[in-house]
Amino acid sequence: MQPDTKKTAVTAESLPHELDVAAIKADFPVLGQKVNGYPLVYLDSAASSQKPREVINALLEHYRYNHSNIHRGLHTLAERSTQAYEKTRTHVARFIGGVEPQEVIFTSGATESINLITYTWGDLNVHEGDEIVVTEMEHHANIVPWYQLAQRKRAILKTIPITVCGHLDLSNIDKIITPRTKVVAFCHMSNVLGTVNPVAELAEIAHRKGAMVVVDGAQSAPHTAVNVRDQGADFFAFSSHKMLGPTGVGGLYGRRELLEEMPPFLTGGEMIREVRFDKITWNELPHKFEAGTPNIAGVIAFDAALSYLEKLGMHNVHHHEMELTRYAFERLAELPGLEIQGPQVVEQRGGAISFTDPVIHPHDIGTFLDSRGVAVRAGHHCAQPLMRVMGKVATARASFYIYNDKQDIDVLVESLKDMRKYFGV
Amino acid sequence: MSSSLDDMYREVILDHYRAPRGKKPLEEANVPADGTNPSCGDEISMSARIEDGILKDVHVDCKGCAISVASGSMLAESVKGRSYSEVLKLAEQVKKMLKGEADFELPEEWEDIEALKGVRNFPVRVKCALLAWVALIEGLKNYHPDGRTSKAVVSTDEE
Repeated sequence: MQPDTKKTAVTAESLPHELDVAAIKADFPVLGQKVNGYPLVYLDSAASSQKPREVINALLEHYRYNHSNIHRGLHTLAERSTQAYEKTRTHVARFIGGVEPQEVIFTSGATESINLITYTWGDLNVHEGDEIVVTEMEHHANIVPWYQLAQRKRAILKTIPITVCGHLDLSNIDKIITPRTKVVAFCHMSNVLGTVNPVAELAEIAHRKGAMVVVDGAQSAPHTAVNVRDQGADFFAFSSHKMLGPTGVGGLYGRRELLEEMPPFLTGGEMIREVRFDKITWNELPHKFEAGTPNIAGVIAFDAALSYLEKLGMHNVHHHEMELTRYAFERLAELPGLEIQGPQVVEQRGGAISFTDPVIHPHDIGTFLDSRGVAVRAGHHCAQPLMRVMGKVATARASFYIYNDKQDIDVLVESLKDMRKYFGV
Repeated sequence: MSSSLDDMYREVILDHYRAPRGKKPLEEANVPADGTNPSCGDEISMSARIEDGILKDVHVDCKGCAISVASGSMLAESVKGRSYSEVLKLAEQVKKMLKGEADFELPEEWEDIEALKGVRNFPVRVKCALLAWVALIEGLKNYHPDGRTSKAVVSTDEE
């Protein structure tokens, strides 16, 4: 257990505070319900997090009092909406380590962010015979866009393998990342294994070979303090909905020099400076990459999500999840034969725990747990290549966030024990 | 326990799941079929022996969830001794029934299979129940009495 640091005068950065989970739970209206007759235990935040009242209210308030299109109108509501929208951009820039707001592009989510890179930077810079490097532990969102780019350009898609413990195997990295490598794309944290990757180390190797570094931060930005500059990320993609914010909003950080030289992705209104039928000039950053009317309300409410996380302190959030993960490992060990994928050392991983029962299929696990009000994910988690490497067709996954506590894990473990009795195998 | 859970995992289903029928491989099979359910990873390997237009024996090996295993086991138990055309007709009816498209009067001995209808309240699990039946249907459609039968390979994602 951690020492009680609440009474001492330390900063959030030094010693972590324990989160007041009861108070946090009360901020999430959705958690106060029963599902199938049992109190909801939500352990599927790696798929999508729940939303605090502040975020829900921000959405309502925007539509109720302030809604207008942004960046164009001369009236009061347009000004309010524009300011609130741009305030989120400034907030995101600060949240990911203090970058320039112009380096933050709003997208519909991490998937669109990565597609944006492949279709703009990728189309401009990747040529026939060039190499694109991803890892075996990627989500399909960080595989398929690169595969498509490789197909378009006749480039070569290579993969960094993983070890049996679920870490990236960097032993042959000099053969994988070569002077022909144009880009290395990898996740900060695996959505299946929970592995936290050594981003800065890998970024340094990639940069030494002249390759660009794309970090998929969809699973890390919600759970740990991120500093994209310290990481050495040239691009960093993330999604609002996994970090308390609305769906349909995501972000892409890109280094200014890269964004400046990149052609636009989607084209249309807002992203232009001047349109003539014989010549069009692009708008300045970041608007060059934000064609059409964006998810204004979603972006504005995302600001409230970031504030909520900052109020807790990302160090404390991270510490809380480590504690839960440690406790989950302890308790899940009570189920003989239950196999947890990925690193077994809690310090090397985040709070997404994929597991398999020696007999009971993950879908039966998911259905049974749901009957007890416990929400987990079951399936291949949009990571089929990784499942193949692991020799699994599917896993069940419990993932933790700020509103989970040890009692939630107790319910999970007791339900799994009951499940084994129920299926009688 | 919630009633809908027990609606799907009926005792008869759990019984088939715990002790699946038709596990014994066939020596002289002439109707081979493999099936997968890519979204959840269920895999089935099936073979049958047809003699004089009658399904003499069926082997089912299913690696998957309780529903897919039980469904395969029920299939193995129920189709033996029936004619090619009867089995094909009944299998098509079971398929429609599981998908919730229609209900049929199945043979009395097939009452176990009625229990599978509980999946209709769990849309993502319908494919699990379908797997064995679509594999059998494709296997039968590929069957040639003169021995030119090619192995049917099905995926429930196409259903």
